[in-house]
Amino acid sequence: MKFYGLAAAAACSIAGSLIAGPAMAQTLAPSETLDAVKARGHIECGVHLGLPGFSFANDKGEWSGLDVDYCKSLAAAVLGDATKVKYTPTSVQQRWPVLQSKQVDLLARNTTITFSRNATLGVNFQGINFYEGQTFVVRTKAKVTAVKDLADATVCVAAGSTEEKTAADWFRERNLKITIINFQKNDDAISAYDQGRCDAYTAGLGALAGQRIKFKNPAEHQILTEVISNDPQGPTTRWGDERWQLVVRWVLNAQIAAEALGVTSKNVDEMKAKSTNSEVRRLLGVEGKFGEMMGLSNDWAYNLIKQVGNYGESYERTVGMGSALKLKRGSNELWTKGGLLFTPPFQ
Amino acid sequence: MLTFLRDRKVRDILWQAAATLVTVAVIWFFVRNASENMVKAGIASGFKFLWRDSGIEVPFNLTGYRPSDNILALLWTGIVNTLLVSAAAIVVATAIGFTVGLLRLSRNWLLSSLAGFYIEFVRNIPLLFFILFWYFGVLAALPTPRDSADFLGVIFLNRRGLSIPTPDDVTGLRLALAAIVVLVAVQFGLARWAARRQARTGRDFPVWPVGLVLCGVLPILALVAGGMTTAWDVPTLRGFNYRGGFVLVPEFVALFAALSTYTAGFIAEVVRGGILSVRQGQIDAARALGLTEGRIVRLVVIPQAMPVIIPPITSQYLNLIKNSSLGAAIAYPEIVAVFMGSALVSTGQSIEIIAITLAIYLALSLAVSVFMNWYNARHKLVTR
Repeated sequence: MKFYGLAAAAACSIAGSLIAGPAMAQTLAPSETLDAVKARGHIECGVHLGLPGFSFANDKGEWSGLDVDYCKSLAAAVLGDATKVKYTPTSVQQRWPVLQSKQVDLLARNTTITFSRNATLGVNFQGINFYEGQTFVVRTKAKVTAVKDLADATVCVAAGSTEEKTAADWFRERNLKITIINFQKNDDAISAYDQGRCDAYTAGLGALAGQRIKFKNPAEHQILTEVISNDPQGPTTRWGDERWQLVVRWVLNAQIAAEALGVTSKNVDEMKAKSTNSEVRRLLGVEGKFGEMMGLSNDWAYNLIKQVGNYGESYERTVGMGSALKLKRGSNELWTKGGLLFTPPFQ
Repeated sequence: MLTFLRDRKVRDILWQAAATLVTVAVIWFFVRNASENMVKAGIASGFKFLWRDSGIEVPFNLTGYRPSDNILALLWTGIVNTLLVSAAAIVVATAIGFTVGLLRLSRNWLLSSLAGFYIEFVRNIPLLFFILFWYFGVLAALPTPRDSADFLGVIFLNRRGLSIPTPDDVTGLRLALAAIVVLVAVQFGLARWAARRQARTGRDFPVWPVGLVLCGVLPILALVAGGMTTAWDVPTLRGFNYRGGFVLVPEFVALFAALSTYTAGFIAEVVRGGILSVRQGQIDAARALGLTEGRIVRLVVIPQAMPVIIPPITSQYLNLIKNSSLGAAIAYPEIVAVFMGSALVSTGQSIEIIAITLAIYLALSLAVSVFMNWYNARHKLVTR
C-alpha cells in the first residue's frame, strides 16, 4: 500500500514537472532574428539616406533623429546598450529588398504604412511612431496659399514614393492638371526645384521641415500648411518570426507608455525605486517578468528610457522645439492630450 | 559498343547538349529557389502586375500614355523614350565623332589640338557627372517661365522646356509629308540615273541644284501649305506655365546633349584609328590621280576605313543605349526611371521588373548588333 502510494506520488510529481517545467523555465518560441542580434551583438537598422530630424548622419558619421532614436531604443532593450546599432542607409527603391533579403533586422525610415505594401511585399508594420501628412513647398513670391492654387504647376518629387501617387491622384480627382517630374533621389529633386525646374516640391510635412534646410536660401520658400494625405509611419519588419515582431512592437509601445506614465530618462531611477503605480512597476521590471516573456532581460524598458528617453523626449530633441525643425506635436501627441499616439496597457 | 563516340561530330553534339542541359538546370534551380523563397516570405510574385493600373505620371511621352493606363503601357512609354533619346544621340554623336576624328588628323595645328583637347576632356570625365553638369547647366542658363524667350510669339523657351505649337488636325501635314517622301524618292532615282548616264556617256547632269529644289525648296512649300490648312494649338502662359502645344523637356535636351557629346569623343578616336589604318600608298595614289582632298577622304579613305571602324563603333552605340539609363538621375522618363523606379516601388516586384528590364536592354543591344553586322557585311570592300 505504502509502496503504491509512493509510486503514485512519484508519478504525479514527474507528470507535474513535465507540465510545469517549461512554464518555469520560460521556453519561448524560437526567434531567428532575436538570436542573431544577440549573437552578433548589434542591431542592423535600415534608415533613410539622410533626412534631418529623422535619420541623418553628421560630418562625424554619428546618426541622429526620431527613427534613429527608435533603433537606439531597440538596441537598449535587446542588448542593454543603445549604441549597439549599425545603420544601413536605404533609398526609396532599395528599402524593400534590403529588408526582405535579411540584410537588416528592421526598417525605421519614414515609410508610409499602406495596404498594398502590407499585402504584397511580405512586410508587417509594427505601429506608428510618426503621423506624417503630405504637403508642398513653394517659392514665397509665387503667392500660393492653398494646394489647389498649384493647378497647372510643375512639381518635383522622388520617384516611387507614396508622394508621387498621392499628388497625382489628388489633382486628378479635382480635374486639375499638374506635371510631375520624378527624380530617383530626394536630393536631386530638391536641387532641381531649387534651380527653378519646378514650381513646387512635395513631401511630408515633417520631411519638408528637415529638407528645407538644404535650400540655397530657405527664407525664399514657404511650406503650405494644407495637408493632402495621411501617411502614418513606423518600424517595419518582414513576415515571420513573430517573437521579433513582438519585441519591435512593444519597444515602440514602451517609448509611448513611458511618456504617458510620466517616466523620463531623468526620473527613471527614482520611479523604479519609489513608484507605487503598478503599470510603471511592470514596465520597469519591478513587478512581473515582462522582459522574460519576450526573451529579453526584465530591465529592457528601463534601459531604453534611461539611455534614450521616452517618446516625448525623443520627439522634442529630434524634430520638436529642441531641434532645427521646430515641429509642433500635432497628431504626434499622446491620445490623452488630443493627439493620436496610443499604446495598449502593459498588463 | 560506344563506337559512335569515335565520331568527332557526334562527340561535339553530345558536349553541346550536356552544356545546354547544365545551363538550363542551373537557371531552373535559381528560378525555382527564388519563387519558393518568395512564397515563403509572403512576397507577391508573377507577372500579373503588368496589367494593374499604374497611376504614375509621365511628363514626357509620345505614346499618348495616361496614368489610368496599365503598367505595360508605362513600360512601353519608357522603352519609346529610351529609343528616342538613344536614336537622336546616336545620329548626332556619329556626326560629331566623324568630324572631330577627321579634324584630329588635320594638318592645321589649331584644329587638330582643339579636337584632341575635346576628345581627352570628354573621355576622362565620368558620364553621370557630365549629365548632371549638362542638366543643371541647361537649367541655370534658361529663363523662368514668366521671362521666357519667345520666337515669333509661338515658340517659347524656359526652364520648363521648349514649348512648340502642335497642329489640331494633321491631315494637311500628312499629305505634305507624303509629298516629301515622293520628292526624295524622285531625287534618289534621278541621282542614280545621272550617275549611270555619266558612266555610260560622260555627260554631266546638275544633280545638286535640282536636288536643292526637290529636297529643299519644295518640301518647305509643302509644309507651309500643309500647316496653313489647320488651326494650331499655340502654347500660352496660364498660371505657372505655358500650356498647350508640345513641350520638349530640359531633361531630354540635357541627356541627349550629354550622351551625344560624350560618345562623340570615343567615336572620334575610333574614326581616327580607322583612317590611320588606310595605307599611305592609297592616299598618294589618289593624289597622283588628281583627286581633291575632299574626294580622297570620301571616295578612297572612308570606304577602306569603314570595315575597321564599324565593329568598335557598334560597341559605342551599345554603350550609348545602355548609358541612357543614367537619365534616371535627372528625371528623364526612360525605362530605368519609370519601370525600375516608379513601377518597382509601387508594386515591389523587384525580381520580375529587373528581369524584364534586363531582357529589354539585351534585345535592344542584340538588334543593334545584328543591324550593324548586316551593314558591315553589305559594305565590305570587295578586295581582289
